[in-house]
Amino acid sequence: MKLIIDGIEIEVEPGTTLLEASRRIDPKTAPPAMCYYTGLKDSGGKCRTCLVKIAQSSPNNPRPAVRLVPACRTLAEDGMIVQNNTSQEVLDARKDVVELLLINHPLDCPICDQAGECDLQDLAFKHGVSTTNYEEERRRYPVQDIGPLIKLHMNRCILCFRCVYVADQLTDGRCHGVLNRGDASEISTYIEKAVDNDFSGNMIDVCPVGALTDKTYRFKNRVWFSRPVLAHRECDKCCGQTVVWLKGNEVIRVTARKNEVAEVISFICNTCRFEKKSLADWEVEGPAHVSRESVISQNHYERNTIIPSLGSSDV
Amino acid sequence: MSRKILLEHADVPGIDTFPIYRQHGGYDSVEKAVKMDPMAIVEEVKTSGLRGRGGAGFSTGIKWSFLDRKSNNPRYLVCNADEGEPGTFKDRYFMEKLPHLLVEGLIVSSFALGTHTAYVYVRGEFFWIIEALEVAIAEAKAAGFLGKNILGSGFDLEIYVHPGAGAYICGEESALLESLEGKKGYPRIKPPFPAISGLFGCPTVINNVETIAAVPWIIVNGGPAYAAIGIGRSTGTKLISASGNIKKPGVYEIDMGITVEEFVMSDEFCGGLLEGRTLKAIIAGGSSVPILPAHLAFKTAAGEPRLMTYESLFDGGFASGTMMGSGGFIVLDNTACIVRNTWNFSRFYHHESCGQCSPCREGTGWLEKVLHRLEHGEGKMHDIDLLVSISKKIEGHTICALGDAAAWPVVSAVLHFREEFESHVKNRGCL
Amino acid sequence: MPKFSDASLAKVKEIIARYPEGRHKSALLPVLHMAQAEFGGWLSTETMDYVASVIGIQPIEVYEVASFYTMFELQPTGQYVLQVCHTGPCCLVGADKIIAHLESKLGIKVGDTTSDGLFTLKTVECLASCGTAPVMQLGRRYVENLTEAKLDEMIESIRGNKS
Repeated sequence: MKLIIDGIEIEVEPGTTLLEASRRIDPKTAPPAMCYYTGLKDSGGKCRTCLVKIAQSSPNNPRPAVRLVPACRTLAEDGMIVQNNTSQEVLDARKDVVELLLINHPLDCPICDQAGECDLQDLAFKHGVSTTNYEEERRRYPVQDIGPLIKLHMNRCILCFRCVYVADQLTDGRCHGVLNRGDASEISTYIEKAVDNDFSGNMIDVCPVGALTDKTYRFKNRVWFSRPVLAHRECDKCCGQTVVWLKGNEVIRVTARKNEVAEVISFICNTCRFEKKSLADWEVEGPAHVSRESVISQNHYERNTIIPSLGSSDV
Repeated sequence: MSRKILLEHADVPGIDTFPIYRQHGGYDSVEKAVKMDPMAIVEEVKTSGLRGRGGAGFSTGIKWSFLDRKSNNPRYLVCNADEGEPGTFKDRYFMEKLPHLLVEGLIVSSFALGTHTAYVYVRGEFFWIIEALEVAIAEAKAAGFLGKNILGSGFDLEIYVHPGAGAYICGEESALLESLEGKKGYPRIKPPFPAISGLFGCPTVINNVETIAAVPWIIVNGGPAYAAIGIGRSTGTKLISASGNIKKPGVYEIDMGITVEEFVMSDEFCGGLLEGRTLKAIIAGGSSVPILPAHLAFKTAAGEPRLMTYESLFDGGFASGTMMGSGGFIVLDNTACIVRNTWNFSRFYHHESCGQCSPCREGTGWLEKVLHRLEHGEGKMHDIDLLVSISKKIEGHTICALGDAAAWPVVSAVLHFREEFESHVKNRGCL
Repeated sequence: MPKFSDASLAKVKEIIARYPEGRHKSALLPVLHMAQAEFGGWLSTETMDYVASVIGIQPIEVYEVASFYTMFELQPTGQYVLQVCHTGPCCLVGADKIIAHLESKLGIKVGDTTSDGLFTLKTVECLASCGTAPVMQLGRRYVENLTEAKLDEMIESIRGNKS
C-alpha cells in the first residue's frame, strides 16, 4: 500500500504505523516519540508528542480526520494523506504537549546524568517554546530507593510507561509499576523493594529522561566527556553486544546499542551492564557512531580516536 | 402529562420483585424476542432511532450492527452502570426502582447480539444496587428467563454484576473494559474499537443502563412507535436528572421535544426556581457540557424556543449552544458563583484524570490551580485568557474525552461570564 | 497474616468463575472489596499480598489497582468513615457548609480521624445523588438531604452507642 506523508509518497506493508512509515522516509523529520518504543509491545499513544493530521483517510474517505492521531498507534492505509511537519495544527499541538510535559519537570539538567542524551531535552529544543505561563510549584515526590543498581528520580519522570513494559516483557516478575492516578501517578515498587533481576537494567536505556539512571555511573561524568565504543563479550544471557563508555582506560558505564532513533537494538543483561567494568572484559570493535547533532559528538571523538586495545583509528 | 416508557411502573409497590414486575407485563419482550430473528431485533432498534443515553448519543442500532459477528471469539454485552457524571443520577434511580427492567433489557439485547455472557459494571459506591441487581438476576434465572435454554429457545445467557471502586474514568467505555479486566481504568487507544476487540480482546457492545432499558418497550411496541415520539433525530423519551437551585430536584422522564423553559418552570418537572431567585445559567447535560447563560437557556441565539432535544440543545454550537450529554440538568440561580462552580468542576476533572496521557494529566491540574487562584482572590487579569489557552492545549489532544470534558466547561464559562471572572480579579474573590 | 474464611474463599472461587479461563485477574476489584470489608476496613500490604496470592497475580498488580481507585483505603480509618460529596451540584445547595459543620462538630479537618478512632472525615467527588444533595456515603449506604441537625443527631447517636 502507498501513502503520502508531508508530500512524500512511500510504500509500506499493511500493519505499518504512521510513525514507522515516517521514520522510513527520514528519521530526522519523523514525529518525535517519547513513549512509543518499537521493541515494547503495547507501548505508545500516551505522550501525544507524535500527533499528526490525517488529511485524507483513503480515496474513498477524502475528509480529514476530526482529531489529530498518534502516529505511533495509527496504522497506514492505502491512499492515506498525512501531514506531520507541514501542518501548523500539528506543530502547535506538539508545542502545547511539550510545554505540558515540561511544566512539572524539574529542569535540573545541570545535575542530571541523562543530560546530553535526554530525549526530553532534544524534544524541547526541537519542538518546544522557551517560555511558559505556568507559575505554580512544580510537582515533587519523596525520594524512593529501588535498589543498588538503578536510581529512580521520580521528579523527572514523564510517565511514558516504557520501564513498566520492560519489566513486564523482559524480566521474570515485575515488581514496580505506576501507582496512584492522574498527576499523582508515580513509578514505584510500593514497598521500597529492590528492582533487581537479569534484565531490569534495560529500564535505564529505555527511559527517555533522567528518571531511571545507572546508579553505578552516578555523577561519574558528563556524558559528553566520555568516549563510547562498540564492544562485545561472550554472554550466556544476552547478545553481549554493547556500548562501553570510557574515561581514559576506565570503563565507567555499559549500555545497550541504539539505532538512529535512539531505540535499543538488542537488550542486554545486568551482568554485562553492571558487572563488567574492566576493559579486559570486552573485545572493543571501534568507536560508536553518535549523531553530529548530539552534544556527545562535540569532542569529535570519532576522529583520530585512540582505542586502547586497537591503537589509533581514523573513522 | 408526559408519557412514561421507562418509569411507567416505577412507583408500583413491590415492582422490584419478580412476581409483581411480571404481573405488569415484565419480561413480555423476552417471550417475543426469542421467537424473532436476532437481526430483526437489531433492525427494530435501528428503526426506533434510539441513541446512546450515556452521553455520546450515538445510534444504538448502528453501534450494534458494528459488532463483529464473524469472529470465532465469544461476544460480550457490557452494561455501563458506572454513573458518575456530576449532575447525573438517573441510572441509579432507575436501577433502584426497576432492576428487573434492566435485566429484561439485557436478555433481549444479548439475544439480538448473540452474546452468552453480559456484565453489568456498577459503580462500587452503589452497594445496595449491586445487591438488588443480583437478586433480580437470581429471580429471573429461577423463572427460566436466564441461564440455559431460555424459554426453550436454545439461547443461553448469564448476567454478572461487577463493582467498580471509585473512578469516574471507568464510565469511558474502554476504561470500563480495562477495569472489568482487573486493571487500572486507563482508556484504550482506539482503534481497535470494542465492537471488534473489546472485553478480553473479544467483540463487545457497551451500552448505558437507560439505553438497554429502552429496548424491551421497542421490541413489544415496535421501532416505529418509539420513533414516533420526539422530534427529528431525537426520538423516544429521555431520563433527565434535575438538580441545583430548583424547587423539585429529581429524575424525570420527558418526551424529547418539550421546551427547556417548560422543563425548568413547570410543576410537572423542576417546579421553577426558589422564591425571589432569578435564573443565572443552566448546565444541560452533566458537568462536561458547555454552560449556558440564562438568555441562551430558554431561547437559542436565533430567538427560537430551545427544546430538550439533542439538536436544539446543540443549536449554535459551542458559541451559543450546549449538549444533551447524559441528561444531567443543573440549574444555577443568581446566588451561585460561576467562578466557584467552574473551579469545582475543574477540581473534579483533575481528581478523575487517569494520568495516562500527558495533556490531561498535566493540563487538568494546571486548570484547577489557576481557577483556585481566581476564586480565592489571588487571580490576575491575564489568568482569564490563560484558562482558555490551557484548555486549548488539552482539547482534542488526549486519548479519551475526559480532556475535552475538562476543557469545555472552562472555555464556555469564560465565554459567557467573563465579567464575573474579571470581578473576581478586581474584588479579590467573590463579592 | 490475613486469611479469608472458608465461606469467603468459596465466594472468591465463585467470582473467579464469572470470567473466562485465564481471566482470573478480572476478580480483582470484587475481591479487594471483600478483603477491605473483612480485614479491618483498609488494605494493608499484607492484605494486598494475600489477595494477589489468592487470585494468582503479582503483588504490584494489586498495589497499582488499589492505589488507583478511591474506594480502597491504604491507611487505617476510623470506625465510621463520613465521605461527603463536594462536587458542583452538592455545593450549589450547601455541601461546603455541611463539611465545615462536620469539621467543627468532630474537631478534625477533612482527611483526619477523631482521637477516639470513631470517625474519619473525607470529601469525595460526585456520588450520583445530586437530586438529594447534600449527600454522603456512610459504609454501604448513602445519607441524603443532609442538614446540620440530621448530622448532629447521627453523630450523637453513634457516640451514645459507644459509651
